Amino acid sequence: MTSISLFEILVKIIGAIVIAFLGVVIGLFYKGIDRKLAARMQARVGPPIRQPFMDFFKLMIKENIVPQNAVPWIFNGAPIMALVSSITILLYLPVGNISPLLSGYGDIVLIIYLLTLPAIGMVVGGFASGSPYASVGAQREMVMMMSYELPLVTVVVAFGWKLSQVYPHLNIFSLTVINAHPIWELVGPLGFIGAILLFITLAAVTPGELSKVPFDAPEAETELAGGILVEYSGRNLALFGLADAVKIIVMTSLTVALFFPYNISHLLALSGAFALIVDTLFFLVKIFLVMFVEVTFIRVAVARLKIDQVSFAYWVPVSIIGFLGLMLIVLDTIIV
Amino acid sequence: MKLNKYFERSLWVFHLNTGSCNGCDIEIVAGLTPRYDLERFGIKLVGSPKHADVLLVTGPVTSKMLDRVKRVYEQTPDPKAVIVVGACGTSGGVFYNSYNISGSVDKVIPVDVYVPGCPPRPEAIINGVLQAWIKLENLRESMKTAQAK
Repeated sequence: MTSISLFEILVKIIGAIVIAFLGVVIGLFYKGIDRKLAARMQARVGPPIRQPFMDFFKLMIKENIVPQNAVPWIFNGAPIMALVSSITILLYLPVGNISPLLSGYGDIVLIIYLLTLPAIGMVVGGFASGSPYASVGAQREMVMMMSYELPLVTVVVAFGWKLSQVYPHLNIFSLTVINAHPIWELVGPLGFIGAILLFITLAAVTPGELSKVPFDAPEAETELAGGILVEYSGRNLALFGLADAVKIIVMTSLTVALFFPYNISHLLALSGAFALIVDTLFFLVKIFLVMFVEVTFIRVAVARLKIDQVSFAYWVPVSIIGFLGLMLIVLDTIIV
Repeated sequence: MKLNKYFERSLWVFHLNTGSCNGCDIEIVAGLTPRYDLERFGIKLVGSPKHADVLLVTGPVTSKMLDRVKRVYEQTPDPKAVIVVGACGTSGGVFYNSYNISGSVDKVIPVDVYVPGCPPRPEAIINGVLQAWIKLENLRESMKTAQAK
């Protein structure tokens, strides 16, 4: 091993720590904005924006109860697994014009795999709780995972196929490549409609991935008393809260990277550090807008679906919309 | 067990009905409506006692609920506070000395704050939760002095 690669490894480790810290802080901050906006939409005053931070610090000092019939090492390990896997995805996502930290080491297919890990962490934790409520919640989470995977993969396949037709020599699944070639510029009018349908598909998958209303059946507080999280308290619950906050950033960043990879620094004729700062701020604005549409607005506007309705919604209407988008993009390429 | 300053700004409340007539429960739910909006103080109604900092108990303890009340209290992680809402939970109310009632809530679990009324107004319940803040604040102060000594 040469000294250069050692230096690179050091940079990657420090970068990973910085990204993990920023991801958690920004995630909690955005969660606070989300709660505030939801409250304002319901004509309430709402909690202060730093409320998720206070919740986190409070939960850290609470007693950590492990139920008698739980499996302790799985029960305590699941929240860490959920948090670590969601932070890992952050390392593969581009921010503004900064390419991802681990850009050469994984692509969007890996992200699809990694996206299932936080959910699996919750499922394992739910089953290890030894509580009937948590078991039912974990089963629902598994049903949801099986349901939203197909539409999610359809979106990714559509992007990969289109890019492979236009740029056959590029690594089509790499997020850097997808980021450099926005889908809207590659397609004709028919494909443009297809891309809008794909965006709708991803926007429908996002609340399911994040377990937000209307797809929060696994954590349904009114029927399952917190579902998967029912037995969790103290530090473990705080870690799950962090994982949830990071997952919001992950899903919105993914949407931004796929559909809105535009930067504004070249419009303002900036360069160097200024361009970096402006693009990063613009990126934060973009993920805020995506979060507002995909999470906050939907969460306030609709009620919770039953688990069979969730499954149906993902397998039939959302999948059909996704396939329609894929077909329109294919037709667009074949006809032209 | 230690307390930090974030604790009072983020009280999660678990609502336990030990045989109430639903009058107090409706008033608690009214506290979450846009008119009173408990969430602006960081107060959240949670579905599981494991998540809770404050137990909001309504109603006299019926014989059937006696064991459950104790278990829910034990399942709530420390540090915690207990608030009794309504005349029945405070003293037994109209069910005082009834054959199927084990008595008021404070006969079963330690109670920190009483909110009397039949039912109490949402303002009174919010005030009760604020009193629980003060209790936790005092707990924090006493721990500080204990540590200093």
